Amino acid sequence: MPLKTEPITINVGPQHPSTHGVFRMRVTFDGEEVIDVEPIFGYLHRGSEKLAESRTYTQIVTLTDRMDYVASMTNNMSFILSVEKLAGIVPPPRGVWLRMIAAELQRIASHLVATGFFLQDLGALGTPLILMMRERETILELFERLCGARITNSYMRPGGVFMDAPDDFWPALNRFLSDMPHRIDEYEDLISGNEIVAARCDGVAVVDSQTLIDASVTGPMLRASGIDWDLRHRQPYEYYNRVKFNRPLATTSDNYARYIVRIHEMRESLGIIKQCLEQIEPGPVRPETVPALIRPPAGDSYVGTECPKGELGFYLVSDGGVAPYRCKVRAPSLINLTLLREMLIGDKLADLFVTFGSIDINMGEVDR
Amino acid sequence: MPANTAFDTSGEDLATQIEVIASSSVIANGDTDVWVSSDRLLDVMAGLKDAGYEMLIGVTGVDYVGYFEVVYHLLSLSQNRRAIVKVKCGEGRIDPAVPSILRVWRGAELQEREVYDLMGIRFEGHDDMKRIFLWEGFEGHPHRKDFL
Repeated sequence: MPLKTEPITINVGPQHPSTHGVFRMRVTFDGEEVIDVEPIFGYLHRGSEKLAESRTYTQIVTLTDRMDYVASMTNNMSFILSVEKLAGIVPPPRGVWLRMIAAELQRIASHLVATGFFLQDLGALGTPLILMMRERETILELFERLCGARITNSYMRPGGVFMDAPDDFWPALNRFLSDMPHRIDEYEDLISGNEIVAARCDGVAVVDSQTLIDASVTGPMLRASGIDWDLRHRQPYEYYNRVKFNRPLATTSDNYARYIVRIHEMRESLGIIKQCLEQIEPGPVRPETVPALIRPPAGDSYVGTECPKGELGFYLVSDGGVAPYRCKVRAPSLINLTLLREMLIGDKLADLFVTFGSIDINMGEVDR
Repeated sequence: MPANTAFDTSGEDLATQIEVIASSSVIANGDTDVWVSSDRLLDVMAGLKDAGYEMLIGVTGVDYVGYFEVVYHLLSLSQNRRAIVKVKCGEGRIDPAVPSILRVWRGAELQEREVYDLMGIRFEGHDDMKRIFLWEGFEGHPHRKDFL
């Protein structure tokens, strides 16, 4: 007599250790196989865009910290570039170099978190995550020297940064730069060639590049499908046109590809920081002419930058006042989830969190 | 170098291009943006996608009190350019709506839901037009200027 089976619907999250925050999915299984996924958002919605409408441009920098809270520096940068475009503010060179150094450090920290938790979801409990948190800690200490805050930095301002780096920042940064390549080698020894990682990740959750482009997916996820699209290279902002770096690509577009692209991007970021250090010169970090209350002319501006998770853009509408009339965030974490359902259907329960981890989202940015 | 302005398609060029795709659909153009009429939006967007703007970067709703506007940011990976297309959702504040471009770009799915949830602009033809961040039964749309 054949066994009678029926699909079962399970609620995953919002309080679940593997959903990277308060993400919730309603998943339907046929045995172990996923047959339907419905993502449910909004548990961390704080109305940041609405709050921005009653704050000055400088105050909004603190709101951007709390969007993608493992990549505050790159959020700051994306926002202030949009303000600078709107208000026509030109930052001095030293301010720009400091912003680039901070942003690239932040990219490494964000990729460390992404990779560490991805491996944790894979079942590599403890070791990789602890190792990567150790290196992230070094970066957070660098940030503390730089601006006094570890996570919610608010380091950047329209026109530059709020203070120059203290003297003890530079030797600490150099120590980090000489240590970090060996640490990345260590991860690669441990993980990249690991047979279990390969068996669990190769060929899982493959999406072709055309579908990714159609679904507005950007960042490492797009580059893992072989599309050479990095805004730092194609539409350079800041001084990214004065540094040389490679864009690591993968072609298989599976979970392993998304992992390995992030590992290689960390090496490239180290290279960018070294080139910044060669070119940075003493000087002011912010022009004194920038008023405390910035009143950009009426109009709108959009600037997209390459953040660790993809293209983060701020669309600002000004009516000439001290606060933006509208501040819209193009959040890569939310938009990269568009294909979640397709990526998960047909896979096993155990692969659900691995795939989810490989997308690398941050709930603070998804819900805002 | 200030922020990247060099990659925005000029409003005039974009308007000419859109006129070729769908004649008399352009209402006005600015420095880098073009306003099109909402009943021709689908033709314009499908045409722009074929013309090389492969990616829909963002969908934004803006409340200008007298009317609502939807702003589409497009990106061409092959030509390395950006384009901005704007649509006015009629006059007044009652039940603003524009056609959904979900059939053109899959990426519109979550973004249109977000605009609907927070700004209350309906996207006609979207398969799953429901709130995304707030719960069903929430009254009002927080990003509207008369909400708070």
